[in-house]
Amino acid sequence: MRSLATFPRGIHPPGGKGLTESTEIRTAALPPVAIIPLSQHIGAPAKCLVNPGDTVQEEQLIGEASGFVSANIHSSVPGTVKDIREIYLPNGMKSQAVAIELTGEFTRLGKESKREEWKSLDNDAIRNRIREMGVVGMGGATFPTHVKLSLPEGKSCEYFIINAVECEPYLTSDHKIMLTQAEEILEGIEIVRKLLNPEKVIIGIEANKMDAARKLEELIARMGVDVEVAPLKVKYPQGAEKSLIRAITGREVPSGKLPLEVGVINANVGTCFAIYEAVVYNKPLVERLVTVSGSAVKNPGVFKVRVGTTVRDLIEECGGFTEEPEKIISGGPMMGFAFFDLDTPIMKGTSGIVALTGKDVKKSGVTACLSCGKCVSACPMGLNPTQIYKYLDFEMIKEAADTRLMDCVECGSCAYVCPAHLPLVQMFRVGKGEMRKNAQK
Amino acid sequence: MPKNNFQITSSPQFHSPMSTSFVMGHVSLALVPASLWGVYVFGWRALLVLLVSIAASVLTEFFLSRLTGRENTITDGSALLTGLLIGMNMPPAVPLFIPVVASFFAIFVVKWTFGGLGANWMNPALAGRVFVFMSWTGGMTTWTLPGKLGSSASLDAVTGPTPLGSLKTGLMNGVDGITGPLQMLAGEGVPVTYKDLFLGNIPGCIGEVTALLLLAGGLYILIRKIITWHIPVSYALSFAFLVWVFGGNRYGLGFFSGDVLFHLLSGGFMLGALFMATDMATSPITNKGKIIYGVGCGFMTFLIRFFGSFPEGVSLAIIFMNIFVPLIDRFITPKTFGVARVKEKKQEAAK
Repeated sequence: MRSLATFPRGIHPPGGKGLTESTEIRTAALPPVAIIPLSQHIGAPAKCLVNPGDTVQEEQLIGEASGFVSANIHSSVPGTVKDIREIYLPNGMKSQAVAIELTGEFTRLGKESKREEWKSLDNDAIRNRIREMGVVGMGGATFPTHVKLSLPEGKSCEYFIINAVECEPYLTSDHKIMLTQAEEILEGIEIVRKLLNPEKVIIGIEANKMDAARKLEELIARMGVDVEVAPLKVKYPQGAEKSLIRAITGREVPSGKLPLEVGVINANVGTCFAIYEAVVYNKPLVERLVTVSGSAVKNPGVFKVRVGTTVRDLIEECGGFTEEPEKIISGGPMMGFAFFDLDTPIMKGTSGIVALTGKDVKKSGVTACLSCGKCVSACPMGLNPTQIYKYLDFEMIKEAADTRLMDCVECGSCAYVCPAHLPLVQMFRVGKGEMRKNAQK
Repeated sequence: MPKNNFQITSSPQFHSPMSTSFVMGHVSLALVPASLWGVYVFGWRALLVLLVSIAASVLTEFFLSRLTGRENTITDGSALLTGLLIGMNMPPAVPLFIPVVASFFAIFVVKWTFGGLGANWMNPALAGRVFVFMSWTGGMTTWTLPGKLGSSASLDAVTGPTPLGSLKTGLMNGVDGITGPLQMLAGEGVPVTYKDLFLGNIPGCIGEVTALLLLAGGLYILIRKIITWHIPVSYALSFAFLVWVFGGNRYGLGFFSGDVLFHLLSGGFMLGALFMATDMATSPITNKGKIIYGVGCGFMTFLIRFFGSFPEGVSLAIIFMNIFVPLIDRFITPKTFGVARVKEKKQEAAK
């Protein structure tokens, strides 16, 4: 084990992980009506393949990827298509969603699945299976995995880094999956190794999950695979792609470029498990681990949830709310989306649902910038947030761009520490939108 | 089940407990022990000066926010802090109109005409102090000798020079056989010890005499993560280094013989380095910039104390360095992730 590495700057928000850390994974009840959005990934929404009244099987393809950067959508339950409706996703976008009323029999659930030998398959077949099974990045970004694992012509992958950092407060889904499915994850990693042929495979994990790190190391030794576990100092946003690569390899992904530019491909630990299930068992991505936590939740926990289960049902399984929450967040509190509709479904990328009370999200009023420089010391990208904010406040888009607005990863570190409570990230999002608009002109 | 009335906000969805009023409140709190010490040694009159300064600052802020139709900005606590700092920078026996003028000048001219909180380029409290110092030098340099609260001295205050003032006079009278400031002061008939300087048994401004309690307050805001170590440490180290190297020259002792401890403990150094130079609005935003600024403050303090006509240099040194803050912030920028420094410069040159 090496000494604890990390990236420069960053912040230390309260962890909140203790609420769910020592609980067992619970299996959520099946949704009576599964609401399955056709846009659960970055890229084009899937094309709907079913009509109201149709009978669907468990894991049946109901949405077909509509392009290279898109992903297949499968039904998480057997049943009848009730309707196809428009819903709001947590991020505020609208999406078509297939509502499936649960009836009929499960073809896989509760039965023994047949293992398939993947080592004899060629890489294209493996990649194709990952694509068919609708696997996307499980860390929250939901980038289609088959695209990520396709090396462009002439490029090679030096490092394959598995992101097991889970730096968002409250979330423990990745921690849990490592404790319970370590062997499967390692096999998933071996599948990726076959595809990418990297020189080094490293699992990046924060030091607050040493039990999982030890477990992985034990299994690595037993299985005889060439994987390194790199414990990292606990700091936010270590799980951000570029910060993680910097922490582990010391390399900085050049501004505006992809990690492959420095020979790195990374994937979330949950994605590795999804790859395993897709390739070894031909199982589409229809369920995932979701942390339901926050001080407004009566009995927080980590749940194995079918995609399409509503947040309302999950909260009920937790015994409801202790008090009326002020905010319901999809994901963690640093980068997650606050949403308003409890009937919002769990999707492939929903790592957690966090319900916070008024006390948790208490905010003092916004004052003028004090020029304290706390944002500068926090920014993992080495930007000058206060300067960019001031430019944007005066609608000086070009100056903001020259001050490297586009390098902002929207991790929220600056806005978290700002004593003046300036809406820095919000302003940067607006500014980026303006820049994109200008670029289109 | 609750209705759908949850708050919708852009991420991040929660915030650190840090806020503007938190910063101002805790800095003020950190100054309370040193202020109380001032009241203890200089009498009730000192408390009156502190209260008048605070009231004048807060009232000025209040009327200006009314006049300009801005939101009431008193609640952010910055006017209170400015008032407290002005009071702490006053001699105990100062005529009461002087802190009032200083507060008005600080809040109106220095802070509000440049746009209010965070937009001023010069530390308001220091600017107020320097303004009245230049205008009413007599009133600003009548020093009460330290006594004890309740003793007769507190009403009928005995006056005398500050250690740095006596030093200046002594130096003008010649340095024959003198080897350092403490000996010089003994020769002038105003002997002090390091202990007096450290605890605050010396004449001086209300809030600057006790190095001990100022250090404690400074440590408090450092632990509270309101300030960083960069400015106080670089300020102290550069000043101490210059005093050590050149401080003995004026007594004909050659290099490396200055009395560092005396200079760190006397005058407004502690108050200045911990609470004035670290003012957020008027110090650089990057850590590297803060170190440059701190070293500049140390250099200027040394120059003014040793070669200027005033006995004390902290206020002027900090104000002087305030001028350079925008310049420092322009050239000392954080290193952007994934961008090579050299390349960035070349790109800029190509534009």
